[in-house]
Amino acid sequence: MNSNRKKLITNPLGKNNPITVQVLGICSCLAVTAQLKPAVVMALSVTVVVALSNLIISLMRKSIPPRIRIIVQLVVVSALVILVNQVLMAFVYDVSKQLSVYVGLIITNCIVMGRLEAFAMTNKPWDSFLDGIGNGLGYGLILVILGFVRELFGRGTLWGYPVFEKLGLYNIGYENNGFIIMAPMALILVGIIIWIQRSHNKELQE
Amino acid sequence: MKNFTNRYMLLYSLGLAAVVALLLTVVATGLKERQQNNIRNEKMQQLLATIGIDAPRDGVQPIYNQYFKEELNVAQDGQEPLTLYLYEKEGQSGYVIPTTGNGLWGKVYANVALADDLNTITGITFSHDSETPGLGAEITSDAFCNQFIGKQILDNSGNVVSVAVVKHADPSDPHQVDAISGGTMTSNGVSAMLLDELKRYQDYISSQRKEANNEQ
Repeated sequence: MNSNRKKLITNPLGKNNPITVQVLGICSCLAVTAQLKPAVVMALSVTVVVALSNLIISLMRKSIPPRIRIIVQLVVVSALVILVNQVLMAFVYDVSKQLSVYVGLIITNCIVMGRLEAFAMTNKPWDSFLDGIGNGLGYGLILVILGFVRELFGRGTLWGYPVFEKLGLYNIGYENNGFIIMAPMALILVGIIIWIQRSHNKELQE
Repeated sequence: MKNFTNRYMLLYSLGLAAVVALLLTVVATGLKERQQNNIRNEKMQQLLATIGIDAPRDGVQPIYNQYFKEELNVAQDGQEPLTLYLYEKEGQSGYVIPTTGNGLWGKVYANVALADDLNTITGITFSHDSETPGLGAEITSDAFCNQFIGKQILDNSGNVVSVAVVKHADPSDPHQVDAISGGTMTSNGVSAMLLDELKRYQDYISSQRKEANNEQ
Protein backbone atom coordinates (compact mmCIF):
# COMPACT_ATOMS: atom_id res chain seq x y z
CA MET A 1 0.00 0.00 0.00
CA ASN A 2 1.58 3.29 -1.02
CA SER A 3 1.75 6.28 1.27
CA ASN A 4 -1.11 8.16 -0.39
CA ARG A 5 -3.44 5.29 0.22
CA LYS A 6 -2.24 4.86 3.78
CA LYS A 7 -3.15 8.50 4.36
CA LEU A 8 -6.73 7.75 3.32
CA ILE A 9 -6.96 5.59 6.41
CA THR A 10 -4.82 7.58 8.86
CA ASN A 11 -5.90 11.16 8.06
CA PRO A 12 -9.50 10.73 9.28
CA LEU A 13 -8.19 9.38 12.58
CA GLY A 14 -6.39 12.65 13.29
CA LYS A 15 -6.19 15.89 11.38
CA ASN A 16 -9.17 15.19 9.11
CA ASN A 17 -11.41 13.52 11.68
CA PRO A 18 -15.03 13.41 10.50
CA ILE A 19 -16.43 14.57 13.85
CA THR A 20 -13.88 16.98 15.25
CA VAL A 21 -12.64 18.53 11.99
CA GLN A 22 -15.27 17.90 9.31
CA VAL A 23 -18.02 18.25 11.96
CA LEU A 24 -20.15 15.48 10.42
CA GLY A 25 -22.26 12.90 12.24
CA ILE A 26 -22.69 14.96 15.41
CA CYS A 27 -26.33 13.97 16.01
CA SER A 28 -25.69 10.26 16.18
CA CYS A 29 -22.62 10.78 18.35
CA LEU A 30 -24.83 12.49 20.94
CA ALA A 31 -27.45 9.76 20.78
CA VAL A 32 -25.48 6.55 21.14
CA THR A 33 -22.55 7.41 23.42
CA ALA A 34 -24.29 7.26 26.80
CA GLN A 35 -22.68 3.82 27.10
CA LEU A 36 -19.66 2.15 25.60
CA LYS A 37 -21.34 -0.86 24.02
CA PRO A 38 -23.83 0.91 21.72
CA ALA A 39 -21.03 3.32 20.78
CA VAL A 40 -18.87 0.44 19.56
CA VAL A 41 -21.76 -1.25 17.70
CA MET A 42 -22.61 2.03 15.99
CA ALA A 43 -18.97 2.68 15.08
CA LEU A 44 -18.64 -0.74 13.42
CA SER A 45 -21.94 -0.42 11.54
CA VAL A 46 -21.11 3.02 10.20
CA THR A 47 -17.66 1.87 9.10
CA VAL A 48 -19.16 -0.99 7.09
CA VAL A 49 -21.85 1.19 5.54
CA VAL A 50 -19.56 4.10 4.62
CA ALA A 51 -17.00 1.77 3.07
CA LEU A 52 -19.52 -0.20 1.01
CA SER A 53 -21.58 2.77 -0.12
CA ASN A 54 -18.41 4.65 -1.07
CA LEU A 55 -17.39 1.63 -3.13
CA ILE A 56 -20.75 1.30 -4.89
CA ILE A 57 -21.18 5.00 -5.62
CA SER A 58 -17.61 5.20 -6.89
CA LEU A 59 -18.33 2.35 -9.31
CA MET A 60 -21.45 4.16 -10.54
CA ARG A 61 -19.99 7.67 -10.43
CA LYS A 62 -19.57 8.20 -14.18
CA SER A 63 -23.16 7.26 -14.93
CA ILE A 64 -24.81 9.40 -12.25
CA PRO A 65 -26.32 12.64 -13.60
CA PRO A 66 -25.06 15.44 -11.28
CA ARG A 67 -28.49 17.01 -10.93
CA ILE A 68 -30.00 13.95 -9.26
CA ARG A 69 -26.87 12.65 -7.56
CA ILE A 70 -28.03 13.27 -3.96
CA ILE A 71 -31.18 11.22 -4.34
CA VAL A 72 -29.25 8.46 -6.11
CA GLN A 73 -26.79 8.36 -3.21
CA LEU A 74 -29.63 8.24 -0.71
CA VAL A 75 -31.31 5.35 -2.51
CA VAL A 76 -28.09 3.36 -2.62
CA VAL A 77 -27.34 3.95 1.07
CA SER A 78 -30.84 3.08 2.26
CA ALA A 79 -31.04 0.00 0.08
CA LEU A 80 -27.69 -1.17 1.39
CA VAL A 81 -28.60 -0.68 5.04
CA ILE A 82 -31.99 -2.37 4.68
CA LEU A 83 -30.48 -5.25 2.74
CA VAL A 84 -27.85 -5.90 5.39
CA ASN A 85 -30.47 -5.69 8.13
CA GLN A 86 -32.75 -8.18 6.35
CA VAL A 87 -29.95 -10.70 6.00
CA LEU A 88 -28.97 -10.27 9.65
CA MET A 89 -32.59 -10.73 10.74
CA ALA A 90 -32.72 -14.08 9.00
CA PHE A 91 -29.34 -15.52 9.95
CA VAL A 92 -28.03 -13.75 13.07
CA TYR A 93 -31.16 -12.51 14.76
CA ASP A 94 -29.43 -11.31 17.92
CA VAL A 95 -27.06 -9.03 16.03
CA SER A 96 -29.96 -7.60 14.04
CA LYS A 97 -31.87 -6.85 17.25
CA GLN A 98 -28.82 -4.94 18.44
CA LEU A 99 -28.59 -3.07 15.15
CA SER A 100 -32.22 -2.47 14.29
CA VAL A 101 -32.40 0.70 16.34
CA TYR A 102 -29.35 2.07 14.56
CA VAL A 103 -30.61 1.54 11.03
CA GLY A 104 -32.38 4.89 10.86
CA LEU A 105 -29.44 6.61 12.49
CA ILE A 106 -26.99 5.12 9.97
CA ILE A 107 -29.00 6.08 6.87
CA THR A 108 -29.30 9.68 8.02
CA ASN A 109 -25.72 9.94 9.27
CA CYS A 110 -24.13 12.94 7.57
CA ILE A 111 -20.78 11.14 7.35
CA VAL A 112 -22.15 8.69 4.80
CA MET A 113 -23.55 11.35 2.47
CA GLY A 114 -20.64 13.68 3.24
CA ARG A 115 -18.02 11.18 2.12
CA LEU A 116 -20.03 10.17 -0.95
CA GLU A 117 -20.22 13.81 -2.03
CA ALA A 118 -16.68 14.79 -1.08
CA PHE A 119 -14.81 11.69 -2.14
CA ALA A 120 -16.57 8.80 -3.84
CA MET A 121 -18.10 10.93 -6.62
CA THR A 122 -14.64 11.89 -7.91
CA ASN A 123 -12.34 9.02 -6.93
CA LYS A 124 -11.60 5.44 -7.93
CA PRO A 125 -13.44 2.54 -6.21
CA TRP A 126 -10.55 1.12 -4.16
CA ASP A 127 -9.50 4.56 -2.88
CA SER A 128 -13.11 5.32 -2.02
CA PHE A 129 -13.41 2.08 -0.11
CA LEU A 130 -10.32 2.92 1.95
CA ASP A 131 -11.61 6.45 2.54
CA GLY A 132 -14.81 4.92 3.89
CA ILE A 133 -12.92 2.62 6.25
CA GLY A 134 -10.75 5.51 7.46
CA ASN A 135 -13.66 7.83 8.11
CA GLY A 136 -15.67 5.11 9.81
CA LEU A 137 -12.75 4.43 12.14
CA GLY A 138 -12.17 8.13 12.79
CA TYR A 139 -15.82 8.48 13.71
CA GLY A 140 -15.60 5.35 15.86
CA LEU A 141 -12.56 6.66 17.71
CA ILE A 142 -14.45 9.73 18.95
CA LEU A 143 -17.52 7.62 19.76
CA VAL A 144 -15.50 5.24 21.89
CA ILE A 145 -13.81 8.11 23.78
CA LEU A 146 -17.20 9.69 24.48
CA GLY A 147 -18.80 6.37 25.41
CA PHE A 148 -15.94 5.59 27.78
CA VAL A 149 -16.09 8.93 29.61
CA ARG A 150 -19.88 9.13 29.73
CA GLU A 151 -20.50 5.58 30.92
CA LEU A 152 -17.68 5.70 33.50
CA PHE A 153 -18.63 9.01 35.10
CA GLY A 154 -22.35 8.91 34.37
CA ARG A 155 -23.05 5.38 35.57
CA GLY A 156 -19.84 4.20 37.18
CA THR A 157 -19.71 1.22 34.83
CA LEU A 158 -17.73 0.17 31.75
CA TRP A 159 -19.33 -2.20 29.21
CA GLY A 160 -21.86 -2.86 31.97
CA TYR A 161 -19.21 -3.83 34.54
CA PRO A 162 -19.59 -1.84 37.79
CA VAL A 163 -16.08 -0.37 38.02
CA PHE A 164 -16.69 2.29 40.66
CA GLU A 165 -18.72 -0.05 42.83
CA LYS A 166 -15.87 -2.58 42.85
CA LEU A 167 -13.40 0.17 43.70
CA GLY A 168 -15.60 1.10 46.66
CA LEU A 169 -15.97 4.73 45.57
CA TYR A 170 -19.61 4.90 46.65
CA ASN A 171 -18.70 4.01 50.21
CA ILE A 172 -16.56 7.16 50.51
CA GLY A 173 -19.37 9.40 49.27
CA TYR A 174 -18.89 9.43 45.47
CA GLU A 175 -22.04 9.89 43.41
CA ASN A 176 -22.62 9.32 39.69
CA ASN A 177 -22.96 12.48 37.64
CA GLY A 178 -26.38 12.15 36.03
CA PHE A 179 -25.81 15.20 33.85
CA ILE A 180 -23.12 13.44 31.86
CA ILE A 181 -25.72 10.94 30.55
CA MET A 182 -27.69 13.78 28.92
CA ALA A 183 -27.06 14.74 25.30
CA PRO A 184 -25.71 18.27 26.01
CA MET A 185 -22.78 16.82 27.92
CA ALA A 186 -21.75 14.81 24.85
CA LEU A 187 -21.64 18.06 22.90
CA ILE A 188 -19.50 19.70 25.59
CA LEU A 189 -17.15 16.71 25.57
CA VAL A 190 -16.83 16.90 21.78
CA GLY A 191 -15.99 20.58 22.21
CA ILE A 192 -13.27 19.73 24.70
CA ILE A 193 -11.81 17.11 22.33
CA ILE A 194 -11.80 19.65 19.47
CA TRP A 195 -10.10 22.20 21.74
CA ILE A 196 -7.37 19.76 22.78
CA GLN A 197 -6.84 18.65 19.18
CA ARG A 198 -6.55 22.19 17.84
CA SER A 199 -4.22 23.37 20.56
CA HIS A 200 -1.84 20.54 19.62
CA ASN A 201 -2.15 20.82 15.86
CA LYS A 202 -1.19 24.20 14.41
CA GLU A 203 -2.51 23.28 10.94
CA LEU A 204 -6.06 23.19 12.22
CA GLN A 205 -5.97 26.63 13.82
CA GLU A 206 -7.76 29.31 11.89
CA MET B 1 -18.66 17.75 -16.90
CA LYS B 2 -20.72 15.52 -19.13
CA ASN B 3 -24.15 16.75 -20.11
CA PHE B 4 -27.01 14.45 -19.27
CA THR B 5 -30.31 14.78 -21.07
CA ASN B 6 -33.61 14.90 -19.20
CA ARG B 7 -34.56 11.65 -20.86
CA TYR B 8 -31.43 9.96 -19.51
CA MET B 9 -32.07 11.25 -15.98
CA LEU B 10 -35.65 10.07 -16.02
CA LEU B 11 -34.75 6.62 -17.27
CA TYR B 12 -31.80 6.45 -14.88
CA SER B 13 -33.96 7.13 -11.83
CA LEU B 14 -36.68 4.75 -12.98
CA GLY B 15 -34.08 2.06 -13.66
CA LEU B 16 -32.40 2.54 -10.30
CA ALA B 17 -35.71 2.47 -8.45
CA ALA B 18 -36.74 -0.70 -10.28
CA VAL B 19 -33.44 -2.47 -9.58
CA VAL B 20 -33.47 -1.53 -5.88
CA ALA B 21 -37.15 -2.43 -5.47
CA LEU B 22 -36.66 -5.79 -7.15
CA LEU B 23 -33.58 -6.58 -5.08
CA LEU B 24 -35.25 -5.71 -1.78
CA THR B 25 -38.42 -7.60 -2.67
CA VAL B 26 -36.54 -10.73 -3.61
CA VAL B 27 -34.45 -10.63 -0.44
CA ALA B 28 -37.41 -9.82 1.82
CA THR B 29 -39.68 -12.56 0.48
CA GLY B 30 -36.86 -15.09 0.27
CA LEU B 31 -35.92 -14.61 3.90
CA LYS B 32 -39.39 -14.10 5.30
CA GLU B 33 -39.91 -17.59 6.66
CA ARG B 34 -36.60 -17.66 8.49
CA GLN B 35 -37.25 -14.23 9.96
CA GLN B 36 -40.72 -15.14 11.16
CA ASN B 37 -39.39 -18.30 12.72
CA ASN B 38 -36.87 -16.22 14.63
CA ILE B 39 -39.56 -13.80 15.74
CA ARG B 40 -41.87 -16.60 16.91
CA ASN B 41 -39.09 -18.29 18.85
CA GLU B 42 -38.12 -15.01 20.41
CA LYS B 43 -41.66 -14.39 21.57
CA MET B 44 -41.68 -17.75 23.33
CA GLN B 45 -38.26 -16.99 24.80
CA GLN B 46 -39.53 -13.70 26.17
CA LEU B 47 -42.62 -15.26 27.70
CA LEU B 48 -40.35 -17.79 29.38
CA ALA B 49 -37.99 -15.05 30.56
CA THR B 50 -40.96 -13.26 32.10
CA ILE B 51 -41.45 -16.17 34.47
CA GLY B 52 -37.71 -16.50 35.08
CA ILE B 53 -36.77 -19.33 32.70
CA ASP B 54 -33.77 -18.99 30.40
CA ALA B 55 -34.21 -20.90 27.16
CA PRO B 56 -31.99 -21.14 24.08
CA ARG B 57 -33.56 -19.77 20.89
CA ASP B 58 -33.27 -23.06 19.01
CA GLY B 59 -35.35 -25.67 20.72
CA VAL B 60 -37.42 -23.23 22.74
CA GLN B 61 -40.67 -24.93 21.72
CA PRO B 62 -40.57 -27.99 24.04
CA ILE B 63 -39.53 -25.86 27.03
CA TYR B 64 -42.34 -23.44 26.24
CA ASN B 65 -44.88 -26.26 26.09
CA GLN B 66 -43.70 -27.49 29.46
CA TYR B 67 -44.48 -24.23 31.27
CA PHE B 68 -47.24 -22.61 29.25
CA LYS B 69 -50.38 -24.71 29.24
CA GLU B 70 -52.87 -22.48 27.54
CA GLU B 71 -53.40 -19.27 25.65
CA LEU B 72 -56.68 -17.59 26.61
CA ASN B 73 -58.45 -15.21 24.27
CA VAL B 74 -61.32 -13.60 26.13
CA ALA B 75 -63.81 -12.14 23.66
CA GLN B 76 -65.11 -8.63 24.34
CA ASP B 77 -67.98 -6.74 22.80
CA GLY B 78 -66.74 -4.56 19.99
CA GLN B 79 -63.14 -4.68 21.16
CA GLU B 80 -60.06 -6.73 20.54
CA PRO B 81 -60.07 -9.95 22.55
CA LEU B 82 -57.98 -10.02 25.73
CA THR B 83 -54.98 -12.33 25.52
CA LEU B 84 -53.65 -14.13 28.59
CA TYR B 85 -51.03 -16.87 28.74
CA LEU B 86 -51.53 -19.35 31.55
CA TYR B 87 -48.31 -20.65 33.09
CA GLU B 88 -47.42 -23.14 35.74
CA LYS B 89 -44.03 -23.11 37.42
CA GLU B 90 -43.01 -25.15 40.44
CA GLY B 91 -46.63 -25.74 41.39
CA GLN B 92 -47.46 -22.03 41.16
CA SER B 93 -49.82 -21.00 38.41
CA GLY B 94 -50.35 -17.52 37.07
CA TYR B 95 -50.95 -15.35 34.05
CA VAL B 96 -48.81 -13.44 31.58
CA ILE B 97 -50.43 -10.40 29.97
CA PRO B 98 -48.84 -9.01 26.80
CA THR B 99 -49.00 -5.20 26.38
CA THR B 100 -48.10 -2.80 23.58
CA GLY B 101 -47.61 0.95 23.78
CA ASN B 102 -45.69 3.90 22.41
CA GLY B 103 -42.18 4.86 23.51
CA LEU B 104 -40.32 7.90 22.25
CA TRP B 105 -39.44 6.69 18.73
CA GLY B 106 -41.55 3.62 18.21
CA LYS B 107 -43.48 0.82 19.81
CA VAL B 108 -42.61 -0.58 23.23
CA TYR B 109 -43.83 -3.94 24.50
CA ALA B 110 -44.07 -5.63 27.87
CA ASN B 111 -45.05 -9.06 29.13
CA VAL B 112 -46.40 -8.80 32.65
CA ALA B 113 -46.42 -12.01 34.68
CA LEU B 114 -48.96 -12.00 37.50
CA ALA B 115 -49.41 -14.47 40.33
CA ASP B 116 -52.73 -16.30 40.41
CA ASP B 117 -54.25 -13.45 42.48
CA LEU B 118 -54.07 -11.40 39.25
CA ASN B 119 -52.51 -8.60 41.31
CA THR B 120 -48.90 -9.24 42.31
CA ILE B 121 -46.27 -8.92 39.57
CA THR B 122 -43.95 -11.92 39.58
CA GLY B 123 -41.88 -10.86 36.62
CA ILE B 124 -41.80 -8.51 33.66
CA THR B 125 -39.89 -8.21 30.41
CA PHE B 126 -39.74 -5.27 28.04
CA SER B 127 -38.82 -4.95 24.41
CA HIS B 128 -38.88 -2.07 21.96
CA ASP B 129 -38.52 -1.30 18.29
CA SER B 130 -36.31 1.76 18.24
CA GLU B 131 -35.64 3.41 21.60
CA THR B 132 -32.30 5.17 22.00
CA PRO B 133 -29.52 2.73 22.99
CA GLY B 134 -28.15 3.52 26.45
CA LEU B 135 -31.13 5.72 27.36
CA GLY B 136 -34.69 4.61 26.62
CA ALA B 137 -33.51 1.17 25.52
CA GLU B 138 -32.45 0.56 29.13
CA ILE B 139 -36.02 -0.56 29.87
CA THR B 140 -34.88 -4.04 28.82
CA SER B 141 -32.15 -4.14 31.51
CA ASP B 142 -32.48 -6.47 34.50
CA ALA B 143 -32.00 -3.56 36.89
CA PHE B 144 -35.12 -1.87 35.54
CA CYS B 145 -37.25 -5.01 35.24
CA ASN B 146 -36.41 -6.37 38.69
CA GLN B 147 -37.87 -3.27 40.32
CA PHE B 148 -41.32 -4.46 39.26
CA ILE B 149 -41.20 -7.79 41.06
CA GLY B 150 -43.60 -7.83 44.01
CA LYS B 151 -45.36 -4.61 42.93
CA GLN B 152 -49.15 -4.66 42.68
CA ILE B 153 -51.43 -3.54 39.88
CA LEU B 154 -54.65 -3.27 41.92
CA ASP B 155 -55.52 -0.83 44.69
CA ASN B 156 -57.27 -1.95 47.88
CA SER B 157 -60.72 -1.91 46.31
CA GLY B 158 -59.62 -4.00 43.36
CA ASN B 159 -59.34 -1.27 40.72
CA VAL B 160 -56.50 -1.43 38.22
CA VAL B 161 -54.07 1.41 39.05
CA SER B 162 -51.03 -0.23 37.45
CA VAL B 163 -47.43 0.60 38.34
CA ALA B 164 -46.15 4.07 37.45
CA VAL B 165 -42.59 4.76 36.30
CA VAL B 166 -41.60 7.97 38.09
CA LYS B 167 -38.56 9.96 39.18
CA HIS B 168 -37.43 9.23 42.75
CA ALA B 169 -39.97 6.47 43.33
CA ASP B 170 -40.75 5.48 46.88
CA PRO B 171 -39.59 1.84 47.11
CA SER B 172 -42.25 1.01 49.68
CA ASP B 173 -45.06 2.18 47.39
CA PRO B 174 -46.45 -0.93 45.62
CA HIS B 175 -47.47 1.15 42.58
CA GLN B 176 -44.21 2.96 41.75
CA VAL B 177 -40.82 2.16 40.27
CA ASP B 178 -37.84 4.39 39.41
CA ALA B 179 -37.62 5.87 35.91
CA ILE B 180 -34.50 5.82 33.72
CA SER B 181 -32.33 8.93 33.75
CA GLY B 182 -32.15 10.32 30.23
CA GLY B 183 -35.06 8.10 29.22
CA THR B 184 -37.96 10.18 30.51
CA MET B 185 -40.09 10.00 27.38
CA THR B 186 -39.69 6.22 27.15
CA SER B 187 -40.41 5.88 30.87
CA ASN B 188 -43.60 7.92 30.49
CA GLY B 189 -44.56 5.73 27.52
CA VAL B 190 -44.08 2.60 29.62
CA SER B 191 -46.23 4.04 32.42
CA ALA B 192 -49.03 4.91 30.01
CA MET B 193 -48.82 1.55 28.25
CA LEU B 194 -49.09 -0.46 31.48
CA LEU B 195 -52.01 1.61 32.77
CA ASP B 196 -53.99 1.66 29.51
CA GLU B 197 -53.43 -1.98 28.65
CA LEU B 198 -53.99 -3.41 32.11
CA LYS B 199 -57.18 -1.36 32.47
CA ARG B 200 -58.62 -3.29 29.52
CA TYR B 201 -58.42 -6.37 31.73
CA GLN B 202 -60.33 -4.72 34.60
CA ASP B 203 -63.60 -6.58 34.05
CA TYR B 204 -61.88 -9.92 33.55
CA ILE B 205 -59.71 -9.45 36.64
CA SER B 206 -62.68 -8.39 38.79
CA SER B 207 -64.81 -11.34 37.74
CA GLN B 208 -61.96 -13.83 38.24
CA ARG B 209 -61.19 -12.47 41.70
CA LYS B 210 -64.86 -12.58 42.65
CA GLU B 211 -65.04 -16.20 41.59
CA ALA B 212 -61.95 -17.04 43.60
CA ASN B 213 -63.43 -15.34 46.68
CA ASN B 214 -66.71 -17.24 46.34
CA GLU B 215 -64.89 -20.54 46.20
CA GLN B 216 -63.11 -19.91 49.48
